[in-house]
Amino acid sequence: MINFSILLPSILNGLTTGALYALVALGLTLIYGVLHIINFAHGALLMVAMYLVYFLYKLFGLDPYLALLVVPAAMFVIGYVLQRTIIGNASHGRDENILLVTLGLSIVIENLALFFFASDTQVVDTPYAFDVVELFGAFLPVPKVIAFVGALLTALALWLLMGWTDLGRAIRALARERKGARLVGINVDHIFAMSFGIGIGVLGIAACLLLPTYYVYPQVGHGFVLIAFTIVVLGGMGSFIGALLGGFIIGVVEAVGGLVLGESLGQIGIFVIFILVLLFRPQGLLGHRA
Amino acid sequence: MRQLIILLAIFALIALTPLWLTSEFWLNAVLLTVYAALLGQAWNILAGFGGQFSFGHALFFGTGAYCVAVLQIQFGVNPWIGFVLGGLLGALVALAMGFLTFRYGLRGSYFALVTLAFAEVFRILSNSVSFTGAGEGILIPLDRQASQMQFTQLSSYFWLICAITLACFLTVWWLQNGRLGARMMAVRDNEEAAAAIGVNAMSVKLQAIALSGFFSGLAGVFYAQKFLYLDPSIAFGPAVSVESLLVAIVGGIGTLFGPLLGAAVLHIFAELVRHVIGDEPGLSMAVYGSILVIMVLFAPRGIAGIGRSVRSVLKGTGDAGR
Repeated sequence: MINFSILLPSILNGLTTGALYALVALGLTLIYGVLHIINFAHGALLMVAMYLVYFLYKLFGLDPYLALLVVPAAMFVIGYVLQRTIIGNASHGRDENILLVTLGLSIVIENLALFFFASDTQVVDTPYAFDVVELFGAFLPVPKVIAFVGALLTALALWLLMGWTDLGRAIRALARERKGARLVGINVDHIFAMSFGIGIGVLGIAACLLLPTYYVYPQVGHGFVLIAFTIVVLGGMGSFIGALLGGFIIGVVEAVGGLVLGESLGQIGIFVIFILVLLFRPQGLLGHRA
Repeated sequence: MRQLIILLAIFALIALTPLWLTSEFWLNAVLLTVYAALLGQAWNILAGFGGQFSFGHALFFGTGAYCVAVLQIQFGVNPWIGFVLGGLLGALVALAMGFLTFRYGLRGSYFALVTLAFAEVFRILSNSVSFTGAGEGILIPLDRQASQMQFTQLSSYFWLICAITLACFLTVWWLQNGRLGARMMAVRDNEEAAAAIGVNAMSVKLQAIALSGFFSGLAGVFYAQKFLYLDPSIAFGPAVSVESLLVAIVGGIGTLFGPLLGAAVLHIFAELVRHVIGDEPGLSMAVYGSILVIMVLFAPRGIAGIGRSVRSVLKGTGDAGR
């Protein structure tokens, strides 16, 4: 029987990691909700954002948290331009073509990173990386607690943006009825690119919050994005609250799974959930059946 | 019928290669091209005829590869038996996954995602359990005898892969001209309409994925016996999945000759790039990725599609826009 005194810290730890997963998943679910495609380049773009944070620190000594002012905006621009120039022109009337193009982009971005930066892992050494805070008798790293709060704030901001601004209304209109949105004068290409840009911009936030505790290498996106896919499927494709909830569940499952089964097999729990959701509730916890 | 004659003629010509090509290096290059055509055609059965785009064909490939290797090493089963079992196990895994996903009508994004996740599950599993050799991988002991499916001559491997690939291409020819293929294409183009005229869409899609998994599994067995080494990321990693879909897309999805064309063009191109820029890590994959993006943007129906458009312009049938 596992002692409660080790279980609680591991659950709390799982919640903080889960918040970061949720952040990656939020962008994915936003893009899916509007464009109805899975962005397979999501992991590669997260890697790009992380390298941005790393180089800003390395070259200009910019603290990862200060990079929050720059990196999300830069990622937004990258996302907007990618959608306008490449992804938006790829469909030729078939969604499969968009999938293939995002897959192609991820291969190009990742391997260029491998070519230029080699596969070495890089870290950002901050003075506060190993600070801990005591919470309910568990010791949690300060950067993880900040990331947890940051993830919640980001989700809240996205929710406000979607619900109470003209941009949010346009995005929701487009998600529901493409033709109708065009008829009432919404610039479809622009709004698509805005949605994609916001989804990628959120990755910039995730990268800034991640780097004080994680390291970066060309394939770093893989691990995150597969988990993010699982979260999106678990929470229900297109649902923000679902992504948040899914993130927490997956984070806790991973942490507790790692505690019980050991590090290498711990991740299996995530995929078991994935397959179970698929079997019994393919629309996800909070999704609607298509 | 004309297509069948052309197909057999092309394979006869390919099979003659070892008789005049003395360079081991180039014969190996042709062998890898034929092997890539097999991967692409196996993917094409599911995507081009069944209409389901898989991003995780490594799942079936790796299953076949590990099947023959594990049976040999742990249970002393002859690889020729393992060869058949590897294909069948690939088909079985494909059926299981197909059953789980098609039951809920998952397609498009969802299907691509699920195939990717399944391949990843198998990668983690094979990385964690001991009978696959875990992360260290699995080494098939050298025993160069035809009865052990290991050959001293490269040409023997060459003819073996030609035979497997021909079998796969003949299957696709049969699909193009037979009832099952017609049903598959009906489901691909409009599932509801197909169901309305009495096609059992579920069963048709399962047959497509099983065939596809079978040939991918055979490709995996061939890989294992040719290179005699496997590890989780070779078997279940994204490289094989990407190569499978790339070859078919570059050549032309849903066409008989597309995968062969795509494999030839890609391999010649990759060889050129290696010649010009050198063998830097990541570079060849970056080139592959760029080709994928460019093809989808400018020629979504592949080289075969370009050929068809040009022909119809020449004939003046006005079919070019299709």
